[in-house]
Amino acid sequence: MLKINNLHASINDKAILKGINLEVKAGEVHAIMGPNGSGKSTLASVIAGKDEYEMTEGEILFENENINELSPEERAHKGVFLSFQYPVEIPGVSVTNFIRTAINETRKAKGLPDMPANEMLKMIREKSEMLEIDRKFLSRSLNEGFSGGEKKRNEIFQLAMLEPKLAILDETDSGLDIDALRIVASGVNKIKSEDNAVIIITHYQRLLDHIVPDFVHVLHEGRIVKSGGKELAHELEEKGYDWIKEELNA
Amino acid sequence: MELKEKLIASFMAFENLVDIDSPVHDVRSEAIKEFETQGFPSRRDEAWKYTSLNSILKHDYSVFPKSENHIDYNDIKKYFIHDIDTYKIVFIDGKYSSHFSETTHDGIDVCLMSSALSKPKYRPIIENYFNKVATKDGLTSLNTAFSQEGAYIHIPKNKSVAKPIQIVHFSTGNEAALMLQPRNLIVVDENAHVQIIERHQSLTENPVLTNTVTEIFADKRAIVDYYKIQNDNENASLIDSTFIDQKQESCASVHTFSFGGKLTRNNLRFYQNGERIDSTLKGVTIIGNKQHVDHNTLVHHIEPNCESHQDYQGIFGDSSVGVFNGKVLVNKEAQKTNAFQANNNILLSDKATINTKPQLEIFADDVKCSHGCTIGQLDESAIFYMQSRGIPEKEAKALLLYAFGNSVLSSVKIPEIKQRITNIIATKLGINIGFDL
Repeated sequence: MLKINNLHASINDKAILKGINLEVKAGEVHAIMGPNGSGKSTLASVIAGKDEYEMTEGEILFENENINELSPEERAHKGVFLSFQYPVEIPGVSVTNFIRTAINETRKAKGLPDMPANEMLKMIREKSEMLEIDRKFLSRSLNEGFSGGEKKRNEIFQLAMLEPKLAILDETDSGLDIDALRIVASGVNKIKSEDNAVIIITHYQRLLDHIVPDFVHVLHEGRIVKSGGKELAHELEEKGYDWIKEELNA
Repeated sequence: MELKEKLIASFMAFENLVDIDSPVHDVRSEAIKEFETQGFPSRRDEAWKYTSLNSILKHDYSVFPKSENHIDYNDIKKYFIHDIDTYKIVFIDGKYSSHFSETTHDGIDVCLMSSALSKPKYRPIIENYFNKVATKDGLTSLNTAFSQEGAYIHIPKNKSVAKPIQIVHFSTGNEAALMLQPRNLIVVDENAHVQIIERHQSLTENPVLTNTVTEIFADKRAIVDYYKIQNDNENASLIDSTFIDQKQESCASVHTFSFGGKLTRNNLRFYQNGERIDSTLKGVTIIGNKQHVDHNTLVHHIEPNCESHQDYQGIFGDSSVGVFNGKVLVNKEAQKTNAFQANNNILLSDKATINTKPQLEIFADDVKCSHGCTIGQLDESAIFYMQSRGIPEKEAKALLLYAFGNSVLSSVKIPEIKQRITNIIATKLGINIGFDL
């Protein structure tokens, strides 16, 4: 589904990603871990198409198509979804209106008519119940005055509504208490299928206890320096990252 | 001949058209002298520092329009709020159009200034109110000197007007260039309620300059809601001076929607002559090209326990220029005043300009006065966030701009106006917004 070859990216001429290779197939869950400043969020933003970052080398293939030059919305229309570490507040636009616009713009890009209002309402009801979201919450301005947990739950609500092929969860677990973490994780597990894929970016093991990864990758100084199965995450949780750095320097 | 000289010379010709023995004419004669002394404001005047009238005063305006052009209703229907029942006072090239108007004397007076100025039965109101709150600056004096036509509205005690009143001025281009001086008088008695919509619309490419003055008197517990829709073409300029005198416990609001015109200047003055008064001044400005919109407001808190709410939002594209000068004056006696002022602006281009100047003069010591102004660009991170959810950049920007103006629309009480403004904003931003916010 996603294939990244030798990806280099920089911001303001400072190189952040220095040759990433990654392949994610349908039905898989990948975790990307690594110390602060290793380039995890940059990788997520570059896949989503944020133009602040300059891709200096390499290619990103999504379903065998090079998406290097596509705008963020074009990538979204193809099925790429990024759950933000820090969701942006948009005063004056309600959650419902926002998601309705997002869904209908995506349908428009595919040549489909707007989703009928009753269908939309039914879907909103189902997905908000799944994530234990209060209906009143949906008429509030997007992310404005939301608690950290509400923001993240709202991200997963949008994920559930948009049904992308590839979901990238950028530190979705940060700022969540145990209950919210459980709700968010069970939401992601319900959405997960053989036809879609998930990339989880995290510092910690705890989200991976709920959403079990097939592969774990360690990012360090802009490169994937180690890959393994779910047991690698446990090892990192126990031992930290220093042993990997030592391995590299050896 | 310079426009000023031409206008002064025209006053004598004007006197042939009106009853010079009426007391109103003494007011006019005084006013033309005042105009002769003061003339047009220049950028040397502090209140006109950022707005020059030079480019619009250079035309050779006709002061007395001749015969009116024929207009087909289908061509102008869109300029009315036509999906609800309203009273209408319509002028074409400054002359009353009975054809398009719907006036009334049934319990309330919704009619013409010219008849109110000439008929004896209106004399008490005219003597009590005409030119009593308007200031004596040059432009207002010019309007006073030539005051003859406009809207006259009198709502007696305890009357609530069932439908809004539309005051609409059309200019047809009969003249190479036309200058209009509409004069409105609106008297709302104790506990009466009225909603008014005002629009100036040019149907021609020929230059039009409208110098309009409106006096509004809101008596005890009266409610007045006034909506100004300014979406004229780019050869039309408007100088609007609106003066509002409020008595105790009255509520008055003026919403100004400035989307068009070459140069627009709004002088809006509220005088709170009583306690527990509420004054609301709201504005949305969205302009581009070389358009210029200047909001100059004053709220004068004279007595205690009153409130004022000012909220102006502006979006400026291309080489457009915006000005906001909002003055709040709180007298020493006006304790427990609660005055709020906000002016937020977004510049869409490097060449667009906004000059914003809050001005607070507070002489009382137990008051709550807040003001804030911001000038910014659109939030790039918000645009990326929306794009990442499949909303194209253009729609994302429009949605943000749209939401930006939204806080001003929330206080609009007539749904059809809100819908109309929504549509104009959507059109202005070049997108089709398929939902309400």
